[in-house]
Amino acid sequence: MDVKSLTLTGAGELLARGDCTSVELVTAVADAIRRTDAAIGAYLTVDEESALSQARAADEARAAGRMGRLLGLPVAVKDVLNVRGQPCTCASRILQGYLSPYDATAVARLRAEGAVMLGRTNMDEFAMGSSTENSAFHPTRNPHAADHVAGGSSGGSAAAVAAGEALAAIGTDTGGSIRQPASFCGCVGLKPSYGRVSRYGLTAFASSLDQIGPMTRSVRDAALLLEVMAGRDPMDSTAVDAAVPPYAARLREDLRGVRLGRPREYFVDGMSAEVAAAVDAATRRCRDLGAEIVEVSLPHTEYAVAAYYIIATAEASANLARFDGVRYGFRAAGATDPIDMYGKTRAQGFGAEVKRRIILGTYVLSSGYYDAYYLSAQKMRTLIRRDFDAAFERCDALLTPVTPTTAFRLGEKTSDPLAMYLGDIFTVTANLAGICGLSVPCGADAGGLPIGLQILGPAFGEEVVLSVGHAFERSRA
Amino acid sequence: MSKLASTIGLEVHVQLKTRSKMFCACATAFGAPPNTQVCPVCLGYPGAMPVMNGEAVRLTVLTGLMLGCTIPPRAKFDRKSYFYPDMPKNYQISQYDMPLCLGGGVEIEAGGRTRTVRLTRIHLEEDVAKNMHFETTSGVDFNRAGVPLMEIVTEPDLHSPEEAMAFLLALKQMLLYVGVSDCNLEQGNVRCDVNASVAAPGDPLGVKTEIKNMNTFKGVFHALGYEIGRQIAVLEAGGRIVQETRRWDVDAGVTASMRTKENEHDYRYFPEPDLAPVELDAALVEGWRRGLPEAPRERRQRMVRAYGIPDYDAGVLAADRPVADFFEAAARGSKNPKAVSNWIMTEMLRLLSERETDIRNVPVAPRALARLVEMVDAGTLNSNKAKEVFAVLFEQGGDPDRIVGERGLAQVSDEAAIEGMVDKVVRENEKSAADYRNGKQAALQFLVGQVMRLSRGKANPSMAAELLRKRLG
Repeated sequence: MDVKSLTLTGAGELLARGDCTSVELVTAVADAIRRTDAAIGAYLTVDEESALSQARAADEARAAGRMGRLLGLPVAVKDVLNVRGQPCTCASRILQGYLSPYDATAVARLRAEGAVMLGRTNMDEFAMGSSTENSAFHPTRNPHAADHVAGGSSGGSAAAVAAGEALAAIGTDTGGSIRQPASFCGCVGLKPSYGRVSRYGLTAFASSLDQIGPMTRSVRDAALLLEVMAGRDPMDSTAVDAAVPPYAARLREDLRGVRLGRPREYFVDGMSAEVAAAVDAATRRCRDLGAEIVEVSLPHTEYAVAAYYIIATAEASANLARFDGVRYGFRAAGATDPIDMYGKTRAQGFGAEVKRRIILGTYVLSSGYYDAYYLSAQKMRTLIRRDFDAAFERCDALLTPVTPTTAFRLGEKTSDPLAMYLGDIFTVTANLAGICGLSVPCGADAGGLPIGLQILGPAFGEEVVLSVGHAFERSRA
Repeated sequence: MSKLASTIGLEVHVQLKTRSKMFCACATAFGAPPNTQVCPVCLGYPGAMPVMNGEAVRLTVLTGLMLGCTIPPRAKFDRKSYFYPDMPKNYQISQYDMPLCLGGGVEIEAGGRTRTVRLTRIHLEEDVAKNMHFETTSGVDFNRAGVPLMEIVTEPDLHSPEEAMAFLLALKQMLLYVGVSDCNLEQGNVRCDVNASVAAPGDPLGVKTEIKNMNTFKGVFHALGYEIGRQIAVLEAGGRIVQETRRWDVDAGVTASMRTKENEHDYRYFPEPDLAPVELDAALVEGWRRGLPEAPRERRQRMVRAYGIPDYDAGVLAADRPVADFFEAAARGSKNPKAVSNWIMTEMLRLLSERETDIRNVPVAPRALARLVEMVDAGTLNSNKAKEVFAVLFEQGGDPDRIVGERGLAQVSDEAAIEGMVDKVVRENEKSAADYRNGKQAALQFLVGQVMRLSRGKANPSMAAELLRKRLG
């Protein structure tokens, strides 16, 4: 069975027709992982035995006439989400030995529709990074070129989907962590609007920016997974109580009557000419599909990276304080008192990038610096949100590049964190504004590395964004 | 050097009476085995998120309304960061610059006058866990972690340990009145931090020290007495007060330095991104205000007017809401509210304190007390027998008429029957009778006592005295 190009929706049809069983499907995916993952490093753990038993249960359920939108379909989950009974390392040594006592709401909803939890994907430690090189265990390589990064922080999920090691995966996006690796690896990645998917059970990096989203081989699959995961949750008061449309059923194939904006600040000096050309070509294609293209401006874009790294690190410094060796996870030996134990545990348990961000975040919240940094960043965030409000007065969605370049080489930016941060320039704005964004493959550079088209939509405008992505994707098929 | 005066401010932490914790569904009941009322949220597990307990917000706002605070239309929660093993997340969800209640005050009576101690604010936060230390190890009980905790902060309006004590007692009375907390000090429901400084009158406030985490009012009183004395002694010896946090050593009866200003925590407050700001609809708050109980002071004044009882009585009764409720329930149906008040202030409160129980836990019904008073006033029961009846009511409840009937306690007011007894007593006590005739008034009391003994306590004593006088006159 070839699972390399099989979509989730396609696999669902096979199962529904009885052309294969969930056990066969899961076995084929597990075989693919065994064949290729040594070279890619997309997974941290694969529990084949548990996946097969879930698959058997799904096959039995189907035989008994029970249904489910994801019945028997295997999904890979980024190692930052709690899945009951499984480790949740966040690719950090500090969570060594921790087993989740509960399911994240998004995971529980996937399970409720019959999805099979297959394995846990690699990531930058605590989702901090843009290359998956910050994993405490191993980097993830780009399936299109082994000496290039998969992107990050959801690099494991993106690489698994792109390498045929998963039909679909769940990622998280705080500043581009779904869209950027999707773009680097050539798959579809959706960052839903803030509050669209419950964050309960997502190990928080930056609580006001984090969102869980799908990473898939088709826009339709992303729509399907979003439908299942979205909606209010009594366990997360930031999950918005807004109706969840049948996203997959509402996908459109043409773009007549749709107005798409091209923000001039997203086409900057220094960005790859190939990326710019691919996005321009994609924009023309959308026009050919019936969309009207308008020029818009998002004037505060240049301040977004600075505002983002202040807010994200500030929140992270508090969110990661709980990893102290007292209740779970790693505890350093040889401490003389609690404070010494904290110091040793955190010094040995966290990697360099995580420490850098905790220190940054602690600094920007410190007495005397709060107004200059955190408060200014929050004001900038408001201005960025207003930029988008104004832009969406004039158009239904925006077309931009996901990143200024295609996937860079492993090790290329590890010694220059600032260069790494600046690569997030086109993605962090959506998180700051709370809007939704989709990354869809739109070409490749001369070296064969994928290029992504970013489609940004207003908060809770997933329907539009998915439709534009779907129509564009179909036009390329 | 002119005489130094002290200035005191209090921060009172009060556990609210909610069934579940501040940000999760775990129970708050006291005394459960360690770590049995916990979940991923209150243990600070990865990915767990807080969800606000609306009842805790309501109870805090009720407290604010009772204490005359302003309730801003919008409040928010913030994270307060510091590392300690009793902190599950190493930050506490608290309120920094937008608390639920602002201003307000508590009236105290101290030094014979009444005045208002101003409040700065009341905010809501989560309690921390409890560290326990064993011989060679320590443990943390997270049952307490996340219990809703209301912090009431005063202005520096207090000037002596006595005033601090008066404030705490008045505050506790108000909290019990509005029913937001059990205020059980043994269970740690109320814990205090105090700030104290000394300065010459007219001078700017002196450098203050803070004494943290005292769980008895007596502790606050003694710690303040010690600390103020210490500061005065330091200054009078030409020394300087260092701004610092101190702790109260109950056994040694002294305060000791914990950390100085340079080592104070930088709490790095910032808005809690996991919780939306609290929007308090004006109509909702107004509804809560209308449902407030009458404050003790108003109730005292009203009870004086409504029942014609002395102000002192009304003060004693109004001090405890259930006692006042009981009084009013009994007095409403009585022609003699003063007698009802007397019964409660003497017999009832004495028995309650002997049994260390609450008026709500005893079976005596208010209308039974009203009936008892009526029977005494009608002469059906003399006061000694009435006490016996009350003791039965206190233990078992029931109907006073039936108790009197069953036990044969009714007063004998039949003139012929008492006359017979008077004759017998006079016959048998000729000497006392002669004494009385010779002007010795005390002899009459003895003779009345003999009549009572003969009647086994049931004779109407005033009738017995009257008949004796007639007989010997």
